Amino acid sequence: MGSALMVEEARLAPGIDSRAPKVCFFEDCNKDSVPLVGGKCASLGELINAGVRVPPGFALTTAGYGQFMRDAGIQDEVNGLLQGLDHDDMDKLEAASRAIREMIESRPISIELEDLIAEAYRKLSVRCYLPAVPVAVRSSATAEDLPGASFAGQQDTYLWIRGIDDVMHHVRKCISSLYTARAIAYRIRMGFPHEQVAISVGVQKMANAYTAGVMFTLHPSTGDRSVIVIDSNFGFGESVVSGEVTPDNFVVNKVTLDIIDRTISTKTVCYTADLKLQRSVAMEVPVERQNIQSILDDEITELAWMAKKIEKHYGRPMDIEWAIDKNLPAGGNVFILQARPETIWSNRQKAPATTGATSAMDYIVSNLLVGKRLA
Amino acid sequence: MKFPVPHDVKGKTIPGTEGWERMYPYQYQFVSDDPQRNQYEKETFWFYDGLHYPEPLYPFDTIWDEAWYLALSQFNNRIFQVPPVRGVDHRIINGYVYISPVPVKDPEEIGRRVPNFMERAGYYYKNWDELEAKWKVKMEATIAELEALQIPRLPEVEELRVVTDGVGESTGYHLIKNYDDLINLGIKCWQYHFEFLNLGYAAYVFFMDFTQKLFPSIPLQRVTQMISGIDVIMYKSDDELKELAKKAVALEVDDIVTGHRDWADVKAALQGRRHGDEWLAAFEKARYPWFNISSGTGWFHTDRSWNDNLNIPLDGIQTYISKLRTGVTIDRPMEAVRAERDRVTAEYRDLIDNDEDRKQFDELLGCARTVFPYVENHLFYVEHWFHSVFWNKMREVAAVMQEHGLIAEIEDIWYLRRDEIKQALWDIVTAWATGVTPRGTATWPAEIEWRKGVMQKFREWAPPPAIGIAPEVIQEPFTIVLWGVTNSSLSAWASVQDVADPDSITEMKGFPASAGIVEGKARVCRSAEDIRDLLEGEILVAPTTSPSWAPAFAKIKACITDVGGVMSHAAIVCREYGMPAVVGTGHSTRVIKTGMTLRVDGSSGIVTIVQ
Repeated sequence: MGSALMVEEARLAPGIDSRAPKVCFFEDCNKDSVPLVGGKCASLGELINAGVRVPPGFALTTAGYGQFMRDAGIQDEVNGLLQGLDHDDMDKLEAASRAIREMIESRPISIELEDLIAEAYRKLSVRCYLPAVPVAVRSSATAEDLPGASFAGQQDTYLWIRGIDDVMHHVRKCISSLYTARAIAYRIRMGFPHEQVAISVGVQKMANAYTAGVMFTLHPSTGDRSVIVIDSNFGFGESVVSGEVTPDNFVVNKVTLDIIDRTISTKTVCYTADLKLQRSVAMEVPVERQNIQSILDDEITELAWMAKKIEKHYGRPMDIEWAIDKNLPAGGNVFILQARPETIWSNRQKAPATTGATSAMDYIVSNLLVGKRLA
Repeated sequence: MKFPVPHDVKGKTIPGTEGWERMYPYQYQFVSDDPQRNQYEKETFWFYDGLHYPEPLYPFDTIWDEAWYLALSQFNNRIFQVPPVRGVDHRIINGYVYISPVPVKDPEEIGRRVPNFMERAGYYYKNWDELEAKWKVKMEATIAELEALQIPRLPEVEELRVVTDGVGESTGYHLIKNYDDLINLGIKCWQYHFEFLNLGYAAYVFFMDFTQKLFPSIPLQRVTQMISGIDVIMYKSDDELKELAKKAVALEVDDIVTGHRDWADVKAALQGRRHGDEWLAAFEKARYPWFNISSGTGWFHTDRSWNDNLNIPLDGIQTYISKLRTGVTIDRPMEAVRAERDRVTAEYRDLIDNDEDRKQFDELLGCARTVFPYVENHLFYVEHWFHSVFWNKMREVAAVMQEHGLIAEIEDIWYLRRDEIKQALWDIVTAWATGVTPRGTATWPAEIEWRKGVMQKFREWAPPPAIGIAPEVIQEPFTIVLWGVTNSSLSAWASVQDVADPDSITEMKGFPASAGIVEGKARVCRSAEDIRDLLEGEILVAPTTSPSWAPAFAKIKACITDVGGVMSHAAIVCREYGMPAVVGTGHSTRVIKTGMTLRVDGSSGIVTIVQ
């Protein structure tokens, strides 16, 4: 079933409607925009439409990608390099990949397309009150969220990119990720025509996280759906996601949004931005801050409120990444970075809590007989 | 879990109290001269009922313990036949009451009891409203009888009417008979007290139990919130104060009502004034029955009612008047409470995964809501109204004893057991009839002096929270819901015992009863009289609260109690006002001093002494 869907999606994408927008802000996307902007950007658009605050950004659409390939005039050359490749011959695959990626990355983007991207980047910077807003540039494939559909390319992500030239450069790098040796091999194996796959590139404001982490809209250890459980640490969410530190843990009542349990841990490591290296680096948390709660109560409440909204929007328990921006004022600094369906408890068949009793009386009697264990 | 052997605890008699056993009924003793009973006592788990008895029992006040010993047990065991549990057994050590649920151990016997329980308890659940209406009639008749009961003084010569009407009975006979009637009315009142209570609590327990199975993290306060917003007469007394405050403002006598701290002064200032008499009449009207409300739990003679000390309701009225003047609404926000209850209930209900569980949830919630008014209202009828009148009737009995020289002070009567009082009254009436001096004039005053000393030593003794051998399973609904006996509560009780230096404690944990976090100055109020000292925005720290404390909640921003669960008065009122509450902390009034800065987290149940 999954592959049937994939084929359809893959064919939809490259038809490339030339009237479709080449560049598209996230808020103009939704879950139906996957063929145009890929799964990642579509889901960010969906979150914005659900009323959740997401770091702003835009996508170079698959139509924009098509335009790039046409303008660059390299489609035939690329096709030629791919002709007759065997999906098992890694050496040849690597060589072809290298040649194609070099070609893509060295071709200038047409003035028309460059203007569109530059204008979008300028708008984004103005919106963020920054002269040249640091952004994350990442590929957003049209079928990556479908089961087993990793053919679209590696999940290329470039962080802390600033200035239009750098943005253009990394957009090209993301486009070329459609032609990694693995992606080519996969398409050959699955029989997908290369000219029918497409990619979108997302350009999103970097959340300069003071604190970040993950949250679940159910209790990960009991499956209790009446709570939202939040893990948080200073800096970027990497330290929490990777399990490098024991994060602070909060249990929030989903119905009333009050914090019903909190555990403050000793947090030794956090991640912060190294603007020169354009990546995040680990650093030691100063001793005096290690045992301090890494997030304010008001922020916890706001996160829980957002989580509740997201869950409601998707109609199922969710697993969410979030951050709190250190450059923005309270009330506008809590951001959702990603949300995906929770899988562990959602796939488990839960037995009903009732023991088959129907009336209150039956339940009372059967449970009176069981009693309450002291041990 | 093993605790000290009861007989070892009892064996260490406090020096100077030797012979204290005679202050309580003999069946309350742990014994060593009866091997069979001794064995049973040793193998049984007894826990100290600190919930009801924070202080050692006065010999007379033991009456209510005897009354519920009988009533709870009979309804469990002989009337409804709760399948796995008989009654609750009682003992006393050094004035402190220890109790123990008695299980039915034979599975076959349990099985035999099931159909009986289904039929009988089922009948009550099914016909709850009708039976409750009947209960109210019985209860009101019992109280009317109590109020009409006369405790006669013994005349020098009987009235001529006794002869001309051919009465054929003396006042002496009536004194003894009416004392018996007084006691019997009390016992009867407690029969009614438990008619519905066991079943009511069972409905609560299992609604909580089921909800916690569905949502392991659900705070109990949210479970109880789903049963909130139902009108109960337990709040009527406080509503009367609010009405009187409004009336004072409307009649423009509010300046006079707030002009003095003493009721006598306010009354004198109002009398003869324009509208003053009208307001006084409304005040008098509200007193019966609504000021028959105890400033404590009503369980002890020391708990006086509003009618006994009119300064307490006066203070409440004054608080409400000052709120009205600043334009604050004083009505209970019932609409908002109900709307929030419905929202919370609906959201939890929507989170239930399957229809089967949703149906069970609906059934149990419906049942819990049906029993709720009784579980609250019985307190007004029994502990407040009946008891308030009862204690004062007993003071009339005391006045007779004082007049005849058996006790020096009215309040000395509480040092006698109820059967000793009966004997003393016989002593008095026979001596009165005969024209001689009662024997008790020489014996009781000395005995009472000795008992006063014993009671003082009892107060200084710390009762162990549990003795004997803890069972693996507890099935008695009261033990679970009311006393909250669980592993963690047992160890919490133990830790309270271990606190040697209360000044070293900076953090306490209790039941999170009402959500929210605030910081503020503490005000320790040991009784309802103390709430007059409360300042706006303070945090109330109390042993426990009762409806007579209601006006205090208009001033404070959080509440902490030593004793009580999530269904206790403080918990319910704080949820209505939307202010944080932590209840059942065990020893907050001992640790916290007035003026300390506290942080109260009503969501996690933690109270921190900031400085």
